[in-house]
Amino acid sequence: MIAVELLKLVRRPRSWVSIALLCGLPIVVAIFVAVTHVAPPPGQGPALLSAVLSNGSLFPAAALAIVLPIFLPIAVAVMAGDSIAGEASSGMLRYLLARPVGRTRLLIAKLIALVAYVLLAVVLVALTSYLTGRLLFGNSPVAVTPTGITTTNVVANTLSGTGLTPEQVILRTAGAVAFIAVSMLGVGAIALFLSTITDSSLGAALGAIAALIASGVLVALNASAAVSPYLPTRYWLAWLDFFRQPILWRDIDRGFEIQGVYVLVFLAAAWANFASKDITS
Amino acid sequence: MIVTRELTKRFGHVLAVDHVDLEVREGDRYGFLGPNGSGKTTVVRMLLGLVYATSGQIEVLGRPVPSKISQVLPQIGSLIEAPAAYGHLSGRANLLLIDAAGPHRGGRARSRRVDEALDRVGLGGIDSRAVKKYSLGMRQRLGLAAALLRAPRLLILDEPTNGLDPQGIREIRDLLAELNAAGTTVFLSSHQLAEVEQLCTRVGVLDHGRLVLQDDLDALRGLTGRVIVRSPDADRAAALLDGRVAHRDADRLVITEADPAAVNAELVSAGLRVTEVSAERRSLEELVLSVTSSGSDRIDGPRFGQGARRHQPGPAAAGAVPTEPGLADPVRPGPVLADPVRVDPAADEEA
Repeated sequence: MIAVELLKLVRRPRSWVSIALLCGLPIVVAIFVAVTHVAPPPGQGPALLSAVLSNGSLFPAAALAIVLPIFLPIAVAVMAGDSIAGEASSGMLRYLLARPVGRTRLLIAKLIALVAYVLLAVVLVALTSYLTGRLLFGNSPVAVTPTGITTTNVVANTLSGTGLTPEQVILRTAGAVAFIAVSMLGVGAIALFLSTITDSSLGAALGAIAALIASGVLVALNASAAVSPYLPTRYWLAWLDFFRQPILWRDIDRGFEIQGVYVLVFLAAAWANFASKDITS
Repeated sequence: MIVTRELTKRFGHVLAVDHVDLEVREGDRYGFLGPNGSGKTTVVRMLLGLVYATSGQIEVLGRPVPSKISQVLPQIGSLIEAPAAYGHLSGRANLLLIDAAGPHRGGRARSRRVDEALDRVGLGGIDSRAVKKYSLGMRQRLGLAAALLRAPRLLILDEPTNGLDPQGIREIRDLLAELNAAGTTVFLSSHQLAEVEQLCTRVGVLDHGRLVLQDDLDALRGLTGRVIVRSPDADRAAALLDGRVAHRDADRLVITEADPAAVNAELVSAGLRVTEVSAERRSLEELVLSVTSSGSDRIDGPRFGQGARRHQPGPAAAGAVPTEPGLADPVRPGPVLADPVRVDPAADEEA
């Protein structure tokens, strides 16, 4: 069943269209920045972008920062929201279960396909933007950005301080990719759970996105500081700490932990709901 | 093959299936009838472990369901309500996926199995166009092919001839009869009386979640003990058989006499011409209408009288049953096994 789900993933045009869009947006940004040489002022616009002009190998990280707030979670929520609800609304769910595919097995296969999709998306974004960055921007190891606001500090700290070797940049980008993939799995788990509740994949995807937006609002609100450490988007940007010197592990670790909890809780809820549910679609 | 005891399913406040005791024997061609919304699909889904019963037991192929469902399902082919497929893939790719999704049984023979199933349902020469471009009839055939993939011992089919033309319906009926002759038990859920009447050997009728009738079709369609006569000399025949004419409709007489030969002899010896004489049989339609009420898709307004409702067969039944002599009569001689309680808002007002 796992092989079947992976096959369905790669044979579905939607998977590739969404990944192409994810890879396309950073390329468009890169072209504009490279042509005009107008990077957003430090501290505004996507993180790290101002540093990219001088060092193209930082562009994968900048590209991830571009797709992370909206594009990537939407793509993941749509795929995960569609996983069970899509089968239900197309009518295939009853035929799969009557084949028989055990309900737990089906859920696991869907989860593995989802993990594969998330990894594929994040890694392809990193790879295409690495190529774009190397092609369009320079490779000088020195940073230029003046210090000022948090994100620039991040950049300035690493690059103006000790400077990173190309290997270090790649390694740290890989760390960021892993962190973002796990964060996206948190989104996916929420959407997968909703997908077992409703027969509408749109509903499940929008529900997960609504949860993220709500979390984003609360994280930004001082009044809700008491709950913010437990919200799913609280540590989403912690991967920027990979680009500090030395790496600030505290928020990264917290981020991994909180996403792990979200993934476990929502997968357990999805399983409990799906295994005991009447399939009437 | 299928035995249920006191099978009951409640969805919130709605009692969808109410203490149903089904019994389908090995080799049966079982027709499962009932108006829309009577609970047929819920029963079928419970048999397949998709919906969990509120109470009661199910045994399929001698094993309890849903606890041993994984041992039962590989031997069942099913078509549940409408057929379904991945629209962006071809029919063959769909069957390959469905076959691969089940428990593994020789991936090497997969493409041969798929070809055989496609041949069986008349899609052997199908090209690689996507299923979303298929006609309704082709989808139905594809759904049947998926049900036949692994040579099942039991076929559970819900409306398998939906969307097929008369030719296709006949082909599928022949195919099911052929599979049945080779040992496959067929459980056919339908509201198409004609389809069931022509294929099945045994019927169960569901009404408002209750099994109101279950018997062999031959036993049900017994003689009524009356004879139907058609004669150009109907007036004289009516006079001659005075007292025994139960009903007259122009040149057609219904005689309360069991033996058509005796009636014929009596008429002919009196010098009357007889166009047609036959023993009256209960039709499946009359039987089913006598034990069921209107389907849940009919929602009458407060002004609609009960009498009118009684004599209006559902739209599907009206279109599906061929008009044979002796069926137009509104008499309902069949045994009334259940008297469904009706809530009629008009009754009080009009009284």
